[in-house]
Amino acid sequence: MSVDADLASTLAGLRLFSDLGRPELEEIAHTFDEEVIPAGQRVLRQGLSGSNVYVILEGEAGLVLNGQERASLQRGEFFGEVSILLGESPTSDIVAKTTLRCLVIPGPQLRTFLLAHPEVMLQMLLSVTWRLRTTLAWLS
Amino acid sequence: MAELDERPFPPGEYPVVVVGSGPGGLQTSYCLRRLGIEHAVVSQDDSPGGMFRKWPIYQRLLSWTKPDAPVERGTRPYEWYDHNSLLGEQRSEQALVAEFMDRTWMVPSRPEMEQGLAAFADRAGVPVRYGCRWESTRREKDGFVLVTSDGEYRCKVAVFAIGVTDPLKMPIPGIEDVPHYVETGKPRDYEGKRVVVIGKRNSGFEIADGMVPWAKQVLLVSPRPVAADVLAVSTVRVRYLQPYEDHSWGGGTFALDAAIERIDKTPTGYRIVANGTTHPGALEIDAEIAIAATGFCTPLRDLPDLGCSTVKQGTLPAQTHHWESASVPGIYFAGNATQAAAGLRKHGIGSASGTVSGFRYNARLLARRIAEKHFGQPAQRSALERDEIVPFLASELTRAPELWTQKSYLARVVGLDPEAGPTDDGIQPLAAFLDEGEGNALAVSVEMDDQARIYPALYLRAGGELHEDVCPPHPLHDFQSESYRAQLESLVKRALG
Repeated sequence: MSVDADLASTLAGLRLFSDLGRPELEEIAHTFDEEVIPAGQRVLRQGLSGSNVYVILEGEAGLVLNGQERASLQRGEFFGEVSILLGESPTSDIVAKTTLRCLVIPGPQLRTFLLAHPEVMLQMLLSVTWRLRTTLAWLS
Repeated sequence: MAELDERPFPPGEYPVVVVGSGPGGLQTSYCLRRLGIEHAVVSQDDSPGGMFRKWPIYQRLLSWTKPDAPVERGTRPYEWYDHNSLLGEQRSEQALVAEFMDRTWMVPSRPEMEQGLAAFADRAGVPVRYGCRWESTRREKDGFVLVTSDGEYRCKVAVFAIGVTDPLKMPIPGIEDVPHYVETGKPRDYEGKRVVVIGKRNSGFEIADGMVPWAKQVLLVSPRPVAADVLAVSTVRVRYLQPYEDHSWGGGTFALDAAIERIDKTPTGYRIVANGTTHPGALEIDAEIAIAATGFCTPLRDLPDLGCSTVKQGTLPAQTHHWESASVPGIYFAGNATQAAAGLRKHGIGSASGTVSGFRYNARLLARRIAEKHFGQPAQRSALERDEIVPFLASELTRAPELWTQKSYLARVVGLDPEAGPTDDGIQPLAAFLDEGEGNALAVSVEMDDQARIYPALYLRAGGELHEDVCPPHPLHDFQSESYRAQLESLVKRALG
């Protein structure tokens, strides 16, 4: 068998990785695993240690806090980075709303990965900044 | 007169059909039979053993079996020292690979492994219809039809234990001219040659290790750097670290981190055109020999057309926590392919389901799940006394081979229903306990973090809430000592009062 749809090309289409060249994309595709989560299954579990960072390649996920869905996440969006960067357990559940395909960045590797790929770090910072601005707008 | 076909399981209707006679198929069939679930086993091979009938190509496994260990061979704790034997209930069916090893190394040779598997099939009496090739699949009202070279099998549940054995090539221009790992010749065929191995995973390092004594130089090329610190504590280190040591000393082996752009044929062999990843820059490597050690995939045939979703670019079937297809209920996977049911992947560390040591336990739970879900046979739960709970769980944390092999993947569960009383609910997939379980219960698992620290984790489900307690490691992994018992006791108290 030969693989046709290669992961590096999928990654090239996501904003988070949009500033990377082909060799770096291939390195990421070879380094990190892809995971498929059936609809309804949890990906991130509130209060459990040892979690990871997920980048959505396909499908939709919901952020669920105390049983209530608070936000919806789409292709190209990522989750799990807050607890990893702060060294805490996730404060909410992330649940697959459809069959969800994700790239998994192991929690312990996130810092090294971001330092090795500052372009990804900048894109992540931009996304997080947008999230912060939306939250502030909502609060005011 | 036509020759009488004495093979078992003629085409027809069976509650369950298992495809495959490698370790995954044999273990699943063994466990289904112990539960009284009638089933057929079909295999395209003509003898048991699956991939171990021909691979690893250089005839030596990665995973170890220690014939003599601190505990007696054939006991449950001994399974932890024997990563290659299947699980039987009778002494004659247990620890069989250890029996065939000549002890030149603690890692069995391929023939020793094959002998161990064949002995299991023979002594445990696992009948298989050999020489019967599964060809296609279709749905029928209440189940599936498996079309084989011998005819059609109708079943309610199908279990595919078909390995991860189809040679896989990455889409690199020119790779069609490069032989795959499975076509690798004898080590001496590479005497005095410069060899490029495309890929730095198990199979790449395995052939590099075999060739180092003969080849002039071996270059392993792939985009991902070798994570030597992770490998040092991995069971596959025996193969990886020898060539990597050679690389570190600047010898005849190089492990290059580069994305290959294309492979050109030259009059003397190949030219690999690549771009460095760890050290960016263009690279051109000439070599007489190139081998694509780019991995394998599950031979899923038409299962994706039937609706089975896949993972890792179509190479593995996507699965639930119970190894059922994520998208086609009633289709299950056993053996190596269960590695795609990732579990919690705590600290980024995956399960051991890609090796016999891990998937033999998955198979046991899979059989129980099938019996419960499809044949109305509830799992046996034995009652425990209140004062037995803590010593029992502490002992499981210290000795249970399921927990030690499948870290943060399988858990021992004790039901803590205040009315029904405590029960031993057996070994369960940890993710299923956390996501699907109901009622008060305590699950314990052995876990490892990214620093290779091994510690117990306790999960209490009480009053609809989940609580995790992570315990500190112990220098001798003795989780029966006082502090662990106290922590277990406090959780039991929370649920039972």
